[in-house]
Amino acid sequence: MTLRFDVLIVGAGPAGLAAAQAAASHGARVGLLDAQARLGGQVWRHDVRHPAPGAARDAINALKQVTFLGQHQVIAAEPQRLLVETPQGAEHLSYATLILATGARELLLPFPGWTLPGVTGAGGLQALVKQAWPIAGKRVVVAGTGPLLLAAAATLRKHGAHLLGIVEQAPQSAVHAFARQLLHWPARAVQAVGLRARLAGVPYRFGSIVRHAYGEQQLGAIEIEDAHGKQRLDCDHLALGYGLLPNTELAQLLGCALDYGTPEQASAHPHVIVDRLLRTSVADVYAAGEACGIGGLAAARIEGAIAGHAAAGAEAAASALLPRRAKERRFASLLAKHFALDPRLHQLATPQTIICRCEDVTLSALDGFTDARAAKLATRCGMGACQGRICGSALAELGRFPRSGSRPPLFPARLSSLVQATPSLSDEISRSST
Amino acid sequence: MSSRCYDLIVIGAGIIGTSCADAAAAEGLRVAIVEPGPIGGGSTAAAMGHLVAMDDDPAELALTRYSLHEWELFASLPEAEFSRCGTLWVARNEAEARVIPARIARLGAAKVEAHAIDTQNLYELEPALAPGLYGGLLVPREAVVYPPRMALYLAQRAQSNGATLYAGRSASKLGHAAGTDQVLLDDGTQLSGPTLVATGCALPTLLPQLPMRARKGHLLITERYPGVLHHQLLELGYADSAHGDADSSVAFNVQPRPTGQILIGSSREFSATDSAVSPAMVRRMLERAFDFMPSLRQLQALRTWTGFRPTTPDGRPYLGAVPGQNKLWVAAGHEGLGVTTALGSARLMLDLLLGRTPAIDPAPYAPSRVIA
Repeated sequence: MTLRFDVLIVGAGPAGLAAAQAAASHGARVGLLDAQARLGGQVWRHDVRHPAPGAARDAINALKQVTFLGQHQVIAAEPQRLLVETPQGAEHLSYATLILATGARELLLPFPGWTLPGVTGAGGLQALVKQAWPIAGKRVVVAGTGPLLLAAAATLRKHGAHLLGIVEQAPQSAVHAFARQLLHWPARAVQAVGLRARLAGVPYRFGSIVRHAYGEQQLGAIEIEDAHGKQRLDCDHLALGYGLLPNTELAQLLGCALDYGTPEQASAHPHVIVDRLLRTSVADVYAAGEACGIGGLAAARIEGAIAGHAAAGAEAAASALLPRRAKERRFASLLAKHFALDPRLHQLATPQTIICRCEDVTLSALDGFTDARAAKLATRCGMGACQGRICGSALAELGRFPRSGSRPPLFPARLSSLVQATPSLSDEISRSST
Repeated sequence: MSSRCYDLIVIGAGIIGTSCADAAAAEGLRVAIVEPGPIGGGSTAAAMGHLVAMDDDPAELALTRYSLHEWELFASLPEAEFSRCGTLWVARNEAEARVIPARIARLGAAKVEAHAIDTQNLYELEPALAPGLYGGLLVPREAVVYPPRMALYLAQRAQSNGATLYAGRSASKLGHAAGTDQVLLDDGTQLSGPTLVATGCALPTLLPQLPMRARKGHLLITERYPGVLHHQLLELGYADSAHGDADSSVAFNVQPRPTGQILIGSSREFSATDSAVSPAMVRRMLERAFDFMPSLRQLQALRTWTGFRPTTPDGRPYLGAVPGQNKLWVAAGHEGLGVTTALGSARLMLDLLLGRTPAIDPAPYAPSRVIA
């Protein structure tokens, strides 16, 4: 079975929701797919115990005349159609135009002990507790950088976690300079004040990094370093947020050009190149939100709307939003500037630290390799189920070598899914070949 | 500019080139290896790594047997990831099984142990096979290896025996036709000495007089499912796919990796020249596999990839001197048996290079057979 859409959107987070609403407002037949069962993406992930934020409810309620395809995972791309896997089977979705709203994932930085159970991404732990994973009474440290640490900490506290502290790697001067800039962004200033109020009494340390996680079977303690020295702290959970990186695997599979920075200022993590109307280098394929470079929630919503209008042929409506997009992207560059990672963080992993968790490859096993493919062939680094999303991105961040290209299936997929969609001429040939 | 002199310059560091370089360095020759990409990064990286005796061509069987004997030396080498899973050829019906006695006889003559397997025995060996199959042929001593890492090991061992690796560079010009022994690299480096071209599918770039076609294949690997599959399984009709000249064909060919993963093949295409994974070909290949092993349907696929087999007009590799050239040699064109026959090919080449009598008759592989 092949479903056909005028506009097909991959990812039902803020960018995808805005894109769907905008495209549908012009009468386009719109499909919105997501690997999760519910709308909202990562940032507006459904919380089983607490109501969604107002903005998320509004964005979801505003959806009219849009076909939502939940639990649809894209596993391969063919011209003008995607192969998706569902719990029931697999199908092709064909499109006239495609919008990639594939969002971002957490950057995980290797350091001694980072593979211990109890050490997670800050967003990952947030997602777990929203699904009722028991955190009440557990001693939690949130560490990393940027305002998302506060958001994660607030969610964890709301679910009963005992927050021992927030460990921010940026120096106090940088955080204060950023806070002063918030005067130009009143809504965000209000949001920040609200978050701080909800985190009253939680120690907020600056210029501090987690160097080491300790434990036998499970995390038991961490070592924090700041200007005054090192300190050991017992805890049950360490939630780390060193920033986000764009999900570009589907774009790459489709052949969209990616931006890896300039030779002078190379970017460890590529993003999708788009023009002012968010068209990628591939005809009829648009990209919006984090996939185009980390820009945050507000930028994602505006870009989603721009791409949705443009994909439905409404260029004027799309163009009208461009100034707001520019403003939100400025805010993102402000964040990137003030919360740039301390180079010490790239030196934490020791030669014995596991880099590829799927295949147990240590950092020293990767010495001497200058490209991802050679390293993979010799050590299996990146050959596991995460397909290099974690180790490949970490190695790029550490300055070893860029991640290698993406191949189908984009995510591990049932063998039957690669077969059952669209029986074709080739069946006849294969059955007659003996 | 002065050139650096070697006893042997090996161009290409796939499984063939690294086997030859390792054998030469072990004999005390001063060896250079020239490779523009990763070691074992071409056909070697894409290969299944099945060490298998194909018995339909006596020459091929002789080279295979010679080579399998050499592989035994690496059976406990961690880098080789040698796993003696054996090969089980599956017959769907009595008609297909009729070839089995003749195959056992041919393999036996080459001292390769093989047994006929009846229906009950077939399902005892591989319970996950589809019901209704007839029997098979078991070759218990055959094994699987991990080719790119083996190539890297051989290159490193050659280096520890004094070989020089010119990495990230390719040979842009050979002087052997003009009577010199100069090799010019693309960065301007000049090497000189007897030269062995082992560039597989890329052979026509340096030796256009030796016909070579690239035969595309697809492979797929699953997540880890230890215990689901025990032997390398092939359909008895595999040789028709492997050695037929159809433009495209698929055959049931699955392998248990030591990791518990299952490697699924195989496809052959002559006309496809781009390396992209073809969803239609993957579909066709998997449908074939499901016919023999329906439970594969529910397993998770991790990756698919493609590779190209260097294929000569008669399916035999070119091993020997390049006619009409000064001190120029070739070892290329092993199609799907490059990993199986690499070590034997290297022994044969060294004997020819050093003027010794090879352990097997080199005539069937002489490049002169295709040059009038």
